[in-house]
Amino acid sequence: MAEQTGMVEKRGVGLWLTHLGLIIGVAFIFFPIWLAFVASTVSQPEIVRPPMPLLPGDQFFENYSKALTAGINAPVALMLGNSLFMALGIAIGKIAISLLSAFAIVYFKFPGKKLFFWLIFLTLMLPVEVRIVPTYEVIANFGMLNSYQGLILPLIASATATFLFRQFFMTVPDELAEAARVDGAGPMRFFFDILLPMSRTNIAALFVILFIYGWNQYLWPLLITTDPSMNTIVMGIKQMFPSGDDIADWPVIMATSILAMVPPVIVVVGMQKLFIRGLVESEK
Amino acid sequence: MGHMEKRVTFKGIWLPLLLVLPQILITAIFFFYPAGQAIWQSLFIPDPFGLSMQWVGLGNFEYLLSDRYYRASFVTTAVFSILVTVVSMGVALYLAILADRLIKGSGTYRTLLIWPYAVAPAVAGVLWLFMFNTRVGVVTWYLGLLGYDWNHVLNEGEAMGLVVVASAWGRISYNFLFFLAGLQAIPRSVIEAAAIDGAHFWTRFRTIVFPLLSPTTFFLLVVNIIYAFFETFGVIHTITSGGPQQATTILVYKVYSDGFVGQDLGSSAAQSVILLVIVSLLTVIQFKYIERRVHY
Repeated sequence: MAEQTGMVEKRGVGLWLTHLGLIIGVAFIFFPIWLAFVASTVSQPEIVRPPMPLLPGDQFFENYSKALTAGINAPVALMLGNSLFMALGIAIGKIAISLLSAFAIVYFKFPGKKLFFWLIFLTLMLPVEVRIVPTYEVIANFGMLNSYQGLILPLIASATATFLFRQFFMTVPDELAEAARVDGAGPMRFFFDILLPMSRTNIAALFVILFIYGWNQYLWPLLITTDPSMNTIVMGIKQMFPSGDDIADWPVIMATSILAMVPPVIVVVGMQKLFIRGLVESEK
Repeated sequence: MGHMEKRVTFKGIWLPLLLVLPQILITAIFFFYPAGQAIWQSLFIPDPFGLSMQWVGLGNFEYLLSDRYYRASFVTTAVFSILVTVVSMGVALYLAILADRLIKGSGTYRTLLIWPYAVAPAVAGVLWLFMFNTRVGVVTWYLGLLGYDWNHVLNEGEAMGLVVVASAWGRISYNFLFFLAGLQAIPRSVIEAAAIDGAHFWTRFRTIVFPLLSPTTFFLLVVNIIYAFFETFGVIHTITSGGPQQATTILVYKVYSDGFVGQDLGSSAAQSVILLVIVSLLTVIQFKYIERRVHY
């Protein structure tokens, strides 16, 4: 009869098998990261004479300080700064322009509203990967290659964020706007004093998602940052590999990989509840 | 898109126009203009010096569709996307079912499993490249001990396998979260009733759990295919650069390599247009489904 407790709960051997299955899954997820971490704490000779050790070595400080201060093409500290700037710019920029346009679309009647709504909607269908060459030309014509504007602007127009806020604004009781109007408060007053504070959780949840989206960009920075000092960390790692047959400086590359993971992982794990909420909401 | 109107609205025409202006400007400059350019350029062939363009109508498309490498890239993309989707969803569903069986501790496993979501595809690529590197890779070395000579630089199948696993690995978290949420939304009483009727685990899963999970599964299918099509560029660029012999050149990679490396602008633009059509179709499917789900 033990079987009858079913999917819902397991006891005894079944319980242990369930844990075992999950632990194997967790190990599979962790193993590549563990190896990268180990590689970032040992010396180059230990890696190039395989098999490399599976436990951390004593070169942690040397490798990380070498990566951060010198790197290979550019100091990784600089690339971290670029990534941070880009990720924050994309997250804040997207949230700001989406809040404003969603507010206009939900709370006003104006000519062209339907048209604007559909124009924004259509951008859902155009990931940057699809239109890279012409978008690159636009940025080049604006003289924005190797600039933060060039890294950020093409990635901040997003229909998803606008939809999310529009959806949320639709659930805000009409009485609030009515009351604001009766009190003689203008629309912007209503926006800043009532709507914005009410949207706090949504904004925070979206921020987590967009920060990671911005941080993890690869193709776009690869195209428009030819100057190593403008490289972001995620795209910069690949640039650290030597062309030709030379052996890569694995400890420094792996230290850089770990550094590239730390900020977004902290954001995801630290803001887990908001993150899950943001993920599920923004995909609705 | 349902109702867009509020009963209570503010007056004014210039203010709302001003409010939508930033987004419309950015969208126009960085979305519609480049997309228009892609469509326009796809109808021309630039001369070798880039001084003039020659109108070829649908010539670029005809050329592309008869190009052996482009057609091969379609097949590669299909194989790659299906494998990535099946592997990442399969593993995620398996882990979600296990986590759902636990009364205590499923939260801990969730925390342990979600964070690879934060790892960029390009970084995932570097991690897997390191393990399977032909000279220093740990896995390569142990496979060598077992008598297996791993070399994804030369072997097309191994190259495909490696980019699939690296792409799927980073995607497990995302799918796991949605599957776990879907499983936890299934009323326990339904499953318990079936269990009391004597239905075994597999029967219960097939007849009750899986059908109830199908909206989640369908949603994830579409989202994962979109991911495999467009967001795995970083994995492929870091691990194989599309090789060997273009065995891992998916469509997005080909747009990049023809447009930027090969400088074949007409062909690259035509490829962009084809991708545009594919994304539009996928988006329509996704929205059709979401509309339906909203009406449930």
